[in-house]
Amino acid sequence: MQQLFNFFIKNKTFVLFLLLFSCGLSLTIRSNGYHRSKFINSSNQITGSVYGTFHSISQYFNLKKENEILLNENSRLKTLVFSRENLTPVDTLLEQKYDLFPSLIYKNSFALPNNYLTLNKGQNDSIKEDYGVITSKGIVGIIDATSSNYSRVLSILNTSSRINVKLKKTNYFGILSWDGKSPEVAQLKDVQDLVKLSIGDTIVTSGYSSTFPPNIPVGSILSYALNDTEDLYIIEVKLFNDMRNLEHVYIIKNTDINELRALNISDE
Amino acid sequence: MNNIVLNTVLRFIGLVFLQIIICSNINFLGYLNPYIYIIFIFLYPITNNRLLFIFLSFLLGLSVDMFLDSGGVHASASVAIAYVRPLFLKFSFGAAYEYQAVKFSNTTLSQRLIYFLFLVVIHHAILFSLVVFDKNETLLIVKQTLYSSVFTLIVCLLLTSLFSKKEL
Repeated sequence: MQQLFNFFIKNKTFVLFLLLFSCGLSLTIRSNGYHRSKFINSSNQITGSVYGTFHSISQYFNLKKENEILLNENSRLKTLVFSRENLTPVDTLLEQKYDLFPSLIYKNSFALPNNYLTLNKGQNDSIKEDYGVITSKGIVGIIDATSSNYSRVLSILNTSSRINVKLKKTNYFGILSWDGKSPEVAQLKDVQDLVKLSIGDTIVTSGYSSTFPPNIPVGSILSYALNDTEDLYIIEVKLFNDMRNLEHVYIIKNTDINELRALNISDE
Repeated sequence: MNNIVLNTVLRFIGLVFLQIIICSNINFLGYLNPYIYIIFIFLYPITNNRLLFIFLSFLLGLSVDMFLDSGGVHASASVAIAYVRPLFLKFSFGAAYEYQAVKFSNTTLSQRLIYFLFLVVIHHAILFSLVVFDKNETLLIVKQTLYSSVFTLIVCLLLTSLFSKKEL
């Protein structure tokens, strides 16, 4: 026992190094799984408020462009409203299925294989995990961690991101993932080889999951090829969103999410 | 003594902020970022209390990880170079280190270059192998390590000479 202690005291630097290094390693490995560490992430109070302070400065640089984007979206929505002025919903209870919360991006990253965004809304604004995040152009990701005032988004530019999408034309569905290379291109897998594809076809969300409503634009087909076993397509999808330039986003809350979850639990 | 402590604390905070606010948003050529926070490890005063030094390096890496949502990759890489630092101090500064008389402001540029180079390459090699975490992508790891190391090295040398007291 004495010798053991002596050994530790003699090599205390190495022991500390090993301890801290394995600490770092375990944090890394844990963050690669789907349910990542809830402690070391940028949605906590300290990091959130620091990003917030600096964001209030940097946002001035993009004001003009953001204004343009918002104006464009406004006009698109106005045309939608004017064209269906006399269409009243049959039952308002059935119509109101999704709530939208506007939010600002405090931190964005796209150069790593696993990217996250930090938003300025949190539990105090009734934001919870698994809510979807979109912009006026397309989808951004899914919220995976929240604190009282901030939340973190698992970007579609993350190698562990999986999103249910479909081809707008033919309604065939597949799973959108990312290979970690280009921030403009994601990969759509699991589409059967008997589906007719053409370059430029639009990909939209399928609505099969409770996170995103159906028919939110995602991207268009850039190129496609069969996989090794030649029964499924691997489709390169050009994203509509420029993930490198994001500022204003919407968080989608599915008001039926609890009911849907309860159903799934009773199924099992 | 108090001056050194204050200096170290300020450098710690300043470098972390500089890293997360500016240097991690450069994205030169789409994906290259300099990781300048390791200047803290380069310039940490040479003391016998290596335990504190290694622990501080871990904290440094962990705070960068927290901001960049990268798990523990920066923490691991920082701890590793903090641990091997004495080896490279001896290698780059020779006898001056043996007598504990190294003052960074008195070293020549080539000495500093060699010292920085080794630590930056080791740090980035560990960092990117953990970030990519896929043995089929070894080429990507090597490429990223190489390019980012050059970028980091240049920025680090510029920053340290900018804040050094010696006239160049």
